[in-house]
Amino acid sequence: MQIVVNGEPTETVVRTLAELCATLELGSDTIATAVNGRFVPAQSRAELKLRAHDEIEIVSPRQGG
Amino acid sequence: MLNLYGKDFSSRLLLGTAAYPSPLVLRNAVEAAGAQIVTVSLRRESARERAGQRFWDLIKDLGVDVLPNTAGCRTVKDAVTTAHMARELFATSWIKLEVIGNDDTLQPDLFGLVEAARILNDDGFQIFPYTTEDLGAAERLVDAGCEVLMPWGAPIGSGQGLANERALASMRAYFPGVPLIVDAGIGAPSHAAQAMEMGYDAVLLNTAVAKAGDPAAMALAFAKGIEAGRMALKAGMMEPRDMASPSTPVAGTPFFKLDNAS
Repeated sequence: MQIVVNGEPTETVVRTLAELCATLELGSDTIATAVNGRFVPAQSRAELKLRAHDEIEIVSPRQGG
Repeated sequence: MLNLYGKDFSSRLLLGTAAYPSPLVLRNAVEAAGAQIVTVSLRRESARERAGQRFWDLIKDLGVDVLPNTAGCRTVKDAVTTAHMARELFATSWIKLEVIGNDDTLQPDLFGLVEAARILNDDGFQIFPYTTEDLGAAERLVDAGCEVLMPWGAPIGSGQGLANERALASMRAYFPGVPLIVDAGIGAPSHAAQAMEMGYDAVLLNTAVAKAGDPAAMALAFAKGIEAGRMALKAGMMEPRDMASPSTPVAGTPFFKLDNAS
């Protein structure tokens, strides 16, 4: 199915948000996630099943003013 | 001491972490400023760059408190979701709440700001709203649970200083018990000193230090300006007057004749 990860259309076979993070090699990093504009806590990623056209944000700490 | 949501700080300079020439320069600036609070943000991460991990390691090593922002958010929904991601990422309930209303001025959208503040206060956040000098909006932010207000000095990154000094003075007078932090628009240490002389509790700035020729030296200059302004406030400044008043005693002036006195 096709999903959108950080604004980029992505073809994937993973089922959950946790699997997606692991596939992207970000599973053990300091990241936070949102799906379709809603925050998904780290402990909920394994239960969150992805569906086609989901829009996923994966963010990490960055410089800011 | 500066008290923000129950925590005391001796430094009254909050420093942004963006736009420094290198991580080392950032570190040196934070240390020179003696800053105890730095602002941070969050952005999309990719395994290719892992920019977030390196930056986060640097910040953790500095041993300062972090104030995450919602920079770039233009809607209430984006700001609220970003705040939740930031709380998990940085393990703090503090959030510098920005809801941007205009791309040219980066002026806050005060309606969205108040709405987002209400939602986040209910969610248990401790909110530092980036706002204007508008007293009506400020009252609503306080009603929404904000215990700190952060009015702009001038548009973000403009370096203009306190563009609306009288309105900022009114805000200080109107909220005597609320910690007020001038956030944005500061260009020179004299601007920061002026804010402190007016009774503001702290100053938050980024570009003026990050883009200086020598950021660490400028950070120290700001720290000294803020300290000087605060000391002046506590020392009690004289009232300005319209006419001159000789500081040297008139009595005993050589060649003095009564005829000359007028």
